[in-house]
Amino acid sequence: MIAFGWRQFRGQATIGIAGLVVVAVVLAVTGPHLVSVYDTAIAACRASGGTGSACNNPVTSTFNALQTAVPILVLVVPVLIGMFWGAPLIAHELETGTFRLAWTQSVSRLRWLLVKLGLVGLASMVVAGGLSLMVTWWASPIDKVSQNRFSPSLFALHGFVPAGYAVFAFALGATAGLVIRRTLPAMAVTLVGFIAVRFGVTYWVRPHYMSPATTTLPLSNAAAGFSYTGAAGSPGVASINTQQPDLPNAWVTGTSIVDKAGQAPTSAYIKQACPSLISGGPPPAGAVVHARGGGGIFGGKSAVAQVAPGVQNSLTRCFSTLGAKYHEVVTYQPADRFWTFQTMETALFVVLALALAGGCAWWVRHRIS
Amino acid sequence: MSPVLSARGLGKRYGRRWALHECDLHVPAGHVVGLVGPNGAGKTTLLHLAVGLLTPTAGRIEVLGNPPSDDPAQLARVGFVAQDTPTYSRLTVGDHLALGAHMNPHWDGAMAQRRIEDLDLDPKQRAGTLSGGQRAQLALTLAVAKRPEFLILDEPVASLDPLARREFLQDLMEVVAEHGVSVLLSSHLVADLERVCDYLVVLVASRVQVAGEVEELLGTHRRLTGPRHDIDALPRDQYVIEESHTDRQSTLLVRCDGPVLDPSWTVEPLGLEDLVLAYMEQAGGGTRRRRSSNARSNVAKLDVAQ
Repeated sequence: MIAFGWRQFRGQATIGIAGLVVVAVVLAVTGPHLVSVYDTAIAACRASGGTGSACNNPVTSTFNALQTAVPILVLVVPVLIGMFWGAPLIAHELETGTFRLAWTQSVSRLRWLLVKLGLVGLASMVVAGGLSLMVTWWASPIDKVSQNRFSPSLFALHGFVPAGYAVFAFALGATAGLVIRRTLPAMAVTLVGFIAVRFGVTYWVRPHYMSPATTTLPLSNAAAGFSYTGAAGSPGVASINTQQPDLPNAWVTGTSIVDKAGQAPTSAYIKQACPSLISGGPPPAGAVVHARGGGGIFGGKSAVAQVAPGVQNSLTRCFSTLGAKYHEVVTYQPADRFWTFQTMETALFVVLALALAGGCAWWVRHRIS
Repeated sequence: MSPVLSARGLGKRYGRRWALHECDLHVPAGHVVGLVGPNGAGKTTLLHLAVGLLTPTAGRIEVLGNPPSDDPAQLARVGFVAQDTPTYSRLTVGDHLALGAHMNPHWDGAMAQRRIEDLDLDPKQRAGTLSGGQRAQLALTLAVAKRPEFLILDEPVASLDPLARREFLQDLMEVVAEHGVSVLLSSHLVADLERVCDYLVVLVASRVQVAGEVEELLGTHRRLTGPRHDIDALPRDQYVIEESHTDRQSTLLVRCDGPVLDPSWTVEPLGLEDLVLAYMEQAGGGTRRRRSSNARSNVAKLDVAQ
């Protein structure tokens, strides 16, 4: 049965492996250049006194097209596996009637199903995991400068978690095909279902794998901003904006500015503390007074607006007044939890895939008869 | 000999519709059984129940003494060629033989190879590019090289042209002669079955109307023509399947266990096709269906007589 399963899957497997080989060649050819750019250009930049994003540019701007294409590839390969390997796996047999040929050979349906699911499911993990590990190696110079691989958008492109996504997408496709019995609708359901689950896990489940660590930072205009908004004719609202703290490779899940009792500063208090920033009463219609200190940003994140020296002085005074009472609390997943999170998320998706496989086994034995 | 197929009260329901209803059947081994009935009569349902692709809603069915299931041992004993002879269009003829070899413990590789050569099939050709006749032959090869005790074919020749049809059936008969398997094949055309079957099951409107050895069926059914008769006055051993009357004349199609003694009848033998058509018409709910309940009890009686 395994030999026959392979015979059926041979064509698709060839496409998958060929694609993997092409990507491997492209990455193997371009990867060393990225490393050398990192080693030489950044060293030279730093030696000449450059810091931060100015020095990161050589790396982040090398192979621009590839830096866009490669993450997209890692992102879509699991979906493609679900749609083109998973959905037709059983649906096509049901559509063309070949399941009647397969199920009347001397092999039980359960074995037939498990061999098919096992074989193609493992191949899904190998292809998506292989691709992702290659990309992780290739992108390591970029990760070293951006120090951001734990963020929700980049976490899914690193390590082995795409293998989990792929096997889940595959199982979802196979299940949809078995239940719907038609390939095309099953492909659509796979696409929508996979995106929904990935989104849900990323934003609602992943933050809870481990309770986040917290750290407190003193308030300073280097790490926070001030904004004053309001409609014409009404008193403006002043607020303090937090900024991403400098925690390399950590996943910052929340920042807030509070006093010892955990209370956020009120608009009135801020106005009182920073009179020079809101002189002239409420802002004109639609206008926003926005000022933000410089520095403290890593890895090519949003650029910092330069503010006039007079405003800068006001900001410094404002924040030293506020900082006496308030501080910034940061909740985050520390950088060293990255691989733990990779393992947990991969395990979650593998378990989901196994549950779907179990559902398929039940369905094949009880519903299609 | 133990029966290859026996069913008691067998039924399969889809939603509110019975595809097969209260089916009692007892098919002895060693026959080539024709299952005939119009499209939608429940033939495919019955065959799928027999190979375990479906499970009954009501009643029970046994094939070769066991209820059909997806147990490998039971699957190995029954060969099946599904309707439209499905094959994997992207796989080659050779791949299909490998499939058979990998998935069947009693696979007869030499026989499969010989058949493929005899049929002039190229092992490297994809099944999707075969003609309908070739595909049917490939499906039959898979089913017989598995060396089953009982071979079930669902409308195997329906999509074939007359020549391919004859070749296929001849081929099937050679297999039967060589290996002595029992065969059950369905068709909506009696003509296809007439040449090859020695046992007939007529299935109409999801019920078995009549079942028996072809010779016996032909020997016990008569067409009676004579002056107008009242059918209620017929002897007790004559059951009317079809009747038509003019003012002065009656034509009856009857099943009778003994000779027809009434000299006013002209007695004619009946062809298999006429016989089947009469049962189909009777069950199909024609206007002349007056003794249908009686006729149904004939079926039960006939079954018991087997």
